[in-house]
This record gives sequence, C-alpha cells and structure tokens, in this order.
Amino acid sequence: MPLLEPRPTPSARMRLLSPLIAIGLTLAVGSLLFLSLGKNPVEAFTVFFIQPLSSGNGWSELMVKAGPLILIAQGLAIGFRARIYNIGAEGQLIVGALAGGGVAIAFDGVDAWWVLPLMVVAGAIGGALWGAVPALLKTRFNAEETLTTLMLTYIASFTLSYMVNGPWRDPEGMNFPQSIMFGDPALFSPWFEGMRVNASILIATVASIAFWIFTSRSFLAYQLTVGGLAPAAARYAGFSAQRTVWVSLVLSGLTAGIAGVGEVAGPVGQLNLNISPGYGFAAIIVAYLGRLNAVGIVLAGLLMALLYLGGEAAQVALQLPAAITGLFQGMLLFFLLGADVFVDYRLKPRPKPAYA
Amino acid sequence: MSIPPPPFSGPPAGTPRLELSGITKRYPSVVANDGINLKVGPGEIHAVLGENGAGKSTLMKIIYGAVQADAGQIQWNGREVVVANPAEARRLGIGMVFQHFSLFETLSVVENIALALDEPFDLKALAVRVKEVSTRYGLPLDPDRLVHSLSVGERQRVEIVRCLLQQPQLLILDEPTSVLTPQAVQKLFETLRRLAAEGVSILYISHKLHEIQSLCHSATVMRGGKVTGTATPSRETPASLARMMIGRELPVCEVPAYTGIATPALTVHKLSLVPDDPFGTRLQDIELEVHRGEILGIAGISGNGQAELLAALSGETTGTPEAVKLVGLPVGHLDAGRRRKHGLAFVPEERLGRGAVPSMSLADNATLTAQRQGLVKKGFLRPKAAWEFAKACIDRFDVRCGGPGAAARSLSGGNLQKFIVGREIMQQPIAMVVAQPTWGVDVGAAAFLRQTLIDLSRQGVAILVISEELEELFEICDRIAVLAEGRLGPAVPKAETNAEKIGMQMSGLFAPADKEPAHAPA
Amino acid sequence: MLEHLIPVLAGTLGAATPLIFAGLGELVAERTGVINLGVEGMMLIGAIAGFAAAADSGGGALAGLPAGAVAGMLAALVFAVLSLSMAANQAACGLALTIFGVGLSAFIGQHYVSFSLPGLQPLDIPGLVDIPVLGRILFHQDPVTYLGLITFAIVWWVLRKTRLGLVLKAVGEAPDAAHAIGYPVIAIRYGATLFGGAMAGVAGAYLSTVYTPLWVQNMVAGRGWIAIALVVFATWNPTRLLLGAWLFGGVTILQFHAQGLGIALPVQLLAALPYLATVVVLVLISRDKRLLQLNLPASLGKPWMP
Repeated sequence: MPLLEPRPTPSARMRLLSPLIAIGLTLAVGSLLFLSLGKNPVEAFTVFFIQPLSSGNGWSELMVKAGPLILIAQGLAIGFRARIYNIGAEGQLIVGALAGGGVAIAFDGVDAWWVLPLMVVAGAIGGALWGAVPALLKTRFNAEETLTTLMLTYIASFTLSYMVNGPWRDPEGMNFPQSIMFGDPALFSPWFEGMRVNASILIATVASIAFWIFTSRSFLAYQLTVGGLAPAAARYAGFSAQRTVWVSLVLSGLTAGIAGVGEVAGPVGQLNLNISPGYGFAAIIVAYLGRLNAVGIVLAGLLMALLYLGGEAAQVALQLPAAITGLFQGMLLFFLLGADVFVDYRLKPRPKPAYA
Repeated sequence: MSIPPPPFSGPPAGTPRLELSGITKRYPSVVANDGINLKVGPGEIHAVLGENGAGKSTLMKIIYGAVQADAGQIQWNGREVVVANPAEARRLGIGMVFQHFSLFETLSVVENIALALDEPFDLKALAVRVKEVSTRYGLPLDPDRLVHSLSVGERQRVEIVRCLLQQPQLLILDEPTSVLTPQAVQKLFETLRRLAAEGVSILYISHKLHEIQSLCHSATVMRGGKVTGTATPSRETPASLARMMIGRELPVCEVPAYTGIATPALTVHKLSLVPDDPFGTRLQDIELEVHRGEILGIAGISGNGQAELLAALSGETTGTPEAVKLVGLPVGHLDAGRRRKHGLAFVPEERLGRGAVPSMSLADNATLTAQRQGLVKKGFLRPKAAWEFAKACIDRFDVRCGGPGAAARSLSGGNLQKFIVGREIMQQPIAMVVAQPTWGVDVGAAAFLRQTLIDLSRQGVAILVISEELEELFEICDRIAVLAEGRLGPAVPKAETNAEKIGMQMSGLFAPADKEPAHAPA
Repeated sequence: MLEHLIPVLAGTLGAATPLIFAGLGELVAERTGVINLGVEGMMLIGAIAGFAAAADSGGGALAGLPAGAVAGMLAALVFAVLSLSMAANQAACGLALTIFGVGLSAFIGQHYVSFSLPGLQPLDIPGLVDIPVLGRILFHQDPVTYLGLITFAIVWWVLRKTRLGLVLKAVGEAPDAAHAIGYPVIAIRYGATLFGGAMAGVAGAYLSTVYTPLWVQNMVAGRGWIAIALVVFATWNPTRLLLGAWLFGGVTILQFHAQGLGIALPVQLLAALPYLATVVVLVLISRDKRLLQLNLPASLGKPWMP
C-alpha cells in the first residue's frame, strides 16, 4: 500500500524547505556518527563549522573553495534542468587545467598581462571541448551522456598523469609527477598577504549573476527546462533537443574548465595530480542543494566549501579521517533527494479499513 | 440495423452471480464511488453506463481486486468475499478485458497469456490450448506472434482469450468497442452473446447508447460516482438513457454553412514515412487537402498510423519540404515551432506532457507555443504578457481553474483541453490539426469543444480532426477519410458515407468512392 | 608469443569476474525497469565491507564475499527506498549512492590502508587443467571466477526459461499492465534491485579480497560504470554481457602485459584504454536506435507508483 500521493500542485514551500531538512538530517546523523566514534558532537560541529570561520584566513579559504564549486555548479545546473546529466565536470575541470597550464608552461618567462587571460580562455575552450565530445556522441550517436562524461573523466585524469609524468614534468622536480611552478604572470595574485583568496572568486560571482539572469529570464533557459520536464512537450513546441544537449554540455564544460584554470593559476600554482579535491563531483550536490537556482547555488557552494574546510580541521583537531567530508556529501545528497520527494508528493492519510 | 438482444426472462432464479452493496471509494479530490449497489445474474449481460469520470472504471477495478473499496460488500454467488487482488479475482472466476490493454508488447501471445494464468509454466501445452479456445470462440490467434505486431483488434482477442482460458463466470469488458471497427463490434457481440448463453455473466462498461441497447439485458447508470438508475435498455430510448447518464438532454452542435471562399490551406502530398519507433506504423503515400472553412475528419483505430501522421503534420517529425504544404508553402522539413510561425496550430492527443508541461503554470504553458504573441522579446521572457495571455484564454474559453498560476496538472481533462485549444486558436492559425479533441472529456466540455471547432472553421480556418469516435466525426466534419494500416482513403463528403462504409475501409478494404462497397450479408 | 598470450588470456577471465557479477546484477535490475547508477558505490561499499570482514575475522575471502554481498544489498536498499517507494529520480539517487559509497568506503577504509590479505589460490579443475594451452587459460582460475560463470548460467536460465524471467521482463516492459493483472511491481523491483546490490557487493569484495587483496582508496576505479555501460552494450542480453565482460577484462589486463607483447605506449595511456573502449563500444551500440529500442525495457528509469 503506497504511503504517498501526488500533490495537485508542486509545493513551492517544500522546494525551499527541503535543503534545510536535508542539512538538518545530515547533522543529526552526523552527531550519531561522532558519538559512535567517541567524539562529543557539539565539540565536533564546532571544529567543523565554527572554527574554520573564526579567522580571516578561514574566510579566505572558504572563498578559495567556494569559488570553483559555485562556478561549476552554475554550469551543471543548466544541464540538470534539461535532465542532461553531465557527471564528468571533474574531467572537464582537468582538461581546462591542462589547457590553461599548457599556456602557462608555453609562455613561462614571458612577463606580459595577457598570459593569465589567455590561460582562462584556453581553459574555457578546453573544458567546453571536453563537454562537446559527449554532446557530439549523444546527438550524433545517441550515446548516454552519464556514461560518456564519466568515462571521459577517467581519460582526462590519465592524460593529466601522463603529461606530468612525461612531456610536462618539471626537470628539477626530483621525478615527482608535477609541472614547473608557474611564474607570477600566470597566477592570480592573492589579495591579502598570507592568504590565498584571489580574483577567481570574482569570476564565480560574475558568472553567478549572469546565470541568474539567464535562468530566470531567458527563453533559451525556459526551453531547456521544458526539455527536462516534458520532452514530448518540447518537441511539440518545436524546441530543438539537440541544441539542449549542446548548450547543456558545452556550457557546463566551459565553467568547469575555467574552474580548473582557477585552481592551477591559484592555490595549486602548477599542474600536478592533486589539482582538484573532487570539486567536479561535489558541484553536482551543490547544484541540487541550490535548487538548480543561481542564488541557491551560491549559498550551497559556501556550505559545501565549509564542509571541505571542516573536514580538514577535523583531521587535525579530532584525528578523524578527511574522507568524512565525502561521507557527509553523500548523506546530504541522499537526504536531499528524499526530502525533495515531498515537493511533488505528500503523505497519504491512513486509509480506513475496508469493508468495515 | 442493430440486432435486438435475445430474450432474457427476468432476474434469474436463485442467487445472483455478483451483488455489490454500498461500495464506496474516496480519492483525495473526489468520491469515485458513493454507495454503489449492483446485481448481475448468471448469463446476464449487464451494462454499466456513464460518461467519463462517472466512476465506472473504479468500480470495475474494485470488483477485479485491483483497487480496494473503503466501504461496502461484495457477494459472489451468494457468499460474501473480499477480493484482495486480481489473482484472487481470477480464482473466483472473474475475468477482465481492460480498456487500455494490459499486454506486453515485446512478449508473444502465449507468454502474455501465461503471465495471467495461475498454473504451472508450460508454454508449449498452453499454446495448444490457446489455439483451441480461440478457434472455438471465433477469435483466431497465432500463439507465437509478438504482441507488437498485432492489430488493436487482435490484441483485444488476446485479452478475451486470456480470460476465457480460466473458464470465467463473470467477464468484465471496459469500453471494449472504442478500438474496433463497426464490423468487428458485431463479431464481438456475437461472441459475447454466445458466452452469455453458456451461462457467463458479463459486465459491459460503455458510454455508447446504441451498443448497450443492442447488446445488454439490463443496465446500471452512473453519474458523479452514484447510481442514478437501473433500466432495461431495449425498453428505453437513447434520449431517456442519456438523461439518466448526464442529467439532461444530449447537447447538439450547430453546424452553419461556410460562406467564405474555400481555398486549400493544408496540403499533404506523397507523404511516406518509416517511423523511428520499431513498434510504429509506416505511412504510405498519404494524400490530403484541407480547405479553409471546412473540418476534415480522419477516422480509424489508433495504431494505424495516427500517431505518425500527426507528428508528420505538426513537425514533431520532419521530412521532405514538399510533402506538407501550408497555403502553397512547403513546410515538410520545418520543425513544429517554425510551422506554427507559418500559421499551423496543433492540439495533441496527450494533454499532459505533450500539449502542456504538467508541473508548469498555465501562464508558463502559454509561452510553450504562443511565444510569438509577444510573450518573448529579444530572447527574454515576458512573464506579465504570458500571464495576461493565459488569463485571456481562460476567460474566453471558459477554462475552470485556479487562474493563470494554476499548474496544468491540477486541471480536469476537459478544462485543460479547453486551455490548449484556446491557446492554439488565440494564435490565429490558418490551419489547425486536432487529435482526439474530446477524449476523456465530460459531455458538457465535449460539446463546447466541438462547437468551438465548428465556429473556428466557419471563420475560414482549415481544421483537420483525427478521432476514434465515429459519431463525433459525423457530428462536426464536412468530409471524412479513413486511415488504416498507414494508408489514407479518399475524403468523402459526410452525406455520401455512413458508419458501415467507413467501417469497411477501417478493415483495410478501400472501395472506390463512387461505387457501393460490397456488403457482408446482414 | 604464445607464452605471453597465455597469461593475458588467463588474466582476462579474472579481470572480467567483477564485471560479470556487477553487470549481471545491473542487468537483472534494469530488466525490471530500474536503472541504478550506484553500481560503483555499491561495489566500493562491498569492497570495504568484504575487506574488513576478511581482515577482522581472519576468514579471508570466504568471509569477505558474503559480507560484501550483504553490504551491497544494504546499499541498494537505501537506493530502493528512495527511488522505488518514494519515486525519486533514479538517475540522481544512483549518483548519490555512488558519491556516498566513495565517501563511506574511504572513511572506513582509513583503518585498513596498507593491510593486505592472503587472497585465494587458483583452483585447478582436475583433468581439464591438463589440456594443452586451454587448460592453463580456462581451468587454472580462482574459485570466484568459476562462481561468476555459474552465476551467469543461473541468470541466463532464469531469464530465458522460467516464469520468473518472464515476470521480470513484463514488469520492466509495462509496469501498469503487470500491476493490472496482479503482479506486485514494487516488490519485484525491490527484489531485482537488491539482487543487483548483492552482485555489485560480491564484485567489490572480489576485487578487495581476491583480485588485488589489499585496500586502496577508490580501488573499484570506474568498473561499476563500465558494468553499467556493458549492460547497454549487451542490449540487456546476459550472453552478450559475458562476452563484453571478457572483452573488457582483456583490455584491462593488456596494460600489465604490454611490454611483453611489444606494445610501446606510456603506461598512463594504456591505463586509459578500458575507459576509451567503453566510450567506443557505447557509441557503436547506441547508434542503432531501433536495435536499442527493441531491447530496452520500456519503463527503464521511469518512476512508477501503483
């Protein structure tokens, strides 16, 4: 006997409430987890969520991590609206980083203002191309984008590994798989002495405003949304399904590519095997948690960045494995999907016994 | 024309086969069944009559155990029973033929039948029995054929044979004739009469008055979830049955003459199409011409190329430019949006999910097709204009809803159809294609929609209507053509044809329009 | 050449084993209309559960495989509750399961980094192993590889020859019709999904306790996704799935024998081969839309409620 019944109209309130419920449930289960590990939950949550923000450097780090998450999630949200599941943003980030890093390596020693902008453009193109491949495979050959984007992520990461082990390996790097450290013209300069926050957060901000206008006002975004909600209605209206695929994948690849440049020209400062702590995957959660809405994504991105920081802090202060961040991410998405069911459904009142 | 039912001597002696008392089923927004009482005797063909939404289907599902009642009793051969699920119903001897068949396309006939039988799994032995039973009742079937290769009528046979193999004492048929040609309807009736003569009780759900009069011994009439009366159909008139069914006279449309100039507006020439869908129907050399000021009807049973023809006309599938012309302009290669720009409007059969996005508001659904009416400017949405457009549509076409902000899925079928038809009309089309305009719509809304289409055509719009309801086509169309097995017959003025001739063509026998088709002996 | 080829072919069977288990499980689930993109996550959860059970109990793979099956099944249960009982989006739920599995396995696995297990000795099939060439390829394998082939045979038989197989297909084809004639659609989908979870769990536990008996974070390395792609490649046909798994096993094993076979490519690019091959294979099979549609369970991925 099903316990749910569809609502006549989707609940707008539930749509906003659902991320909060998911966060609450994650914290609740997190408390149990901390208890079972012999940690005081209050203390643990202080370490996780308060401590990282109690210093200027903490806020700087929050921005450093929120930047790429927000930027990638904005791009992904476009595709998710259209039910085009690009789950390979991580790969597009890597290719963007490779393209941008390639520019930095090629123009190493050139002291000119255009090096960094050129890196950003190269990264954008690299990411967009890596997104265009699954778009081509889907529109031309009907291949599922979930699988192709993910396979291309593995291919991208092995390519990165090959480049930093081979052609682009730093000759003075003692055989570590890494490129040379980029020169100043190829780096976003930090805003504050001793902190890592830099202009790349501005890119994420500008992109968020642009995506906000695009999703809330443009006819193209409307078409993408219709394509996701009711493909037959999109065809009936004459909206191109192919364009939907291309726009979704190229746009999300582009933002991921720029995010990749932001990492190698920012906190990382070179190409190596650790240019992303899984931002491309975490951004999927950010997009959903932010309701696929540009403003929501900014908030969700900040929260997810805090989760990363908290994980690092917990490792130091509580001797907890850093992988706890991934665990929280997964739980958060689960609870979110569960709570989201109540946007379209509601609990059914208990049926009266039949044949009374 | 109709054969009177064989004599039936009053209520049978002894206990009724099935007796329902006080059956009640509530859904969140509606009481589908409200204290229903019903009695069927052995060998009785009993009609359950009512318009769409009267609660007939829910009641049948309760009898068949697919839905549980909230209150009430079921007596089976004088014994109170609880029908917990369909398997239980089958054990009792209740069989059901569904309106939308419960068949599996990629499985064979015998596999489909095996799935519904509660007996050891032996396909070979079953195939033999299927052949035997199907021949005995004049419903020939090849057990090894895949269901997707069967015609709609053959599929119904599978369902009936599936029931017969279980030696049912009660057979429920839900709107069985909507998928049959008039000739096939007569054959079905023969089978049903024979079963009744063997003592099988039959519950026959329909809203078609003449069928009930020619077939059924007795009738229970439902309206709004309640029983509004019982009757002996042969002693009633269609008008008196209709009054019981809808509470008033059947509304009739006014069909004025067209006074403008009838030039061709929508032309289809040598349209052939192999569908992407492996289960679809191939279109072959379709020719048709719809003039301004007329309604052209396309009759036929769904599954004969209707879906493919509609998609080819609307632009949801594209082909060669010359195949479809709009006032002489080749548009066969254009997608649906571009055709709409040139003045072609389209109302699909599926309202939710195709004609409208279910979870979007009516205002947002206005933008779906009416974007060129100032709802989009320079690539940006104009929500206020969309709101006003939706508001105007709601007012002009009497759409009962919670306003332009209401989600499409919150509307009843009839009201959503009015909104979609209205939205298309407000774009001032030159030609309009409408599929199943009143499918699943209550009688009042259906009459409104039909009159709206007639009035629109008399303003000089060319209208093409594809419908399974022959009576509807005869009511509103000027000319009628038949689509069968992917071929379209010639369009014949309504006055020069009749249900029987059209039925012949549905079976695929195209007779030259000027000759009398060969009649089967009556 | 032959002395290089024999280990490649023999290794192919072992490398294919996790794909066979995970692929068969996903195939059965998809037959009933459920697409579970969480295979990678379930495999990881199965891998760490199996490893932990094997290491902590000292029972080795014998304890690890059942533990992996149970853990995979529990992971699938979470997915099933969300996507079947609550009709949430299947693609998103599967993705969530994978993200969760990555996190959970890394979290638990922290304790087991640098542990290693004894693994399983190959089991020679008496008599058959002495067949020249073929014997060393086919009949000198670890016991779980044989178990994989037995599982394949059972799944093939059930899907092809039994009423249960027909019911699974019917539910995936038209859940409304199956419900109308009285089949418990949700319960059947639960069963198939849990079976898929158990199979993925076994596949993961095989990797961590038999194939490379030590714990490495993210050690499933995309095999879960490849298994999903294999189901499409196989057009939902178990025999083609088996062939596909062998093909991919071969591609995977190639990198370890490349030098011996005279292939001079950088090791990273060789490692990318299975993923590249997956893309190629997907493209080849998907371009034939009609073939796919004829075999695709019609209700795949669509939420259904009675």
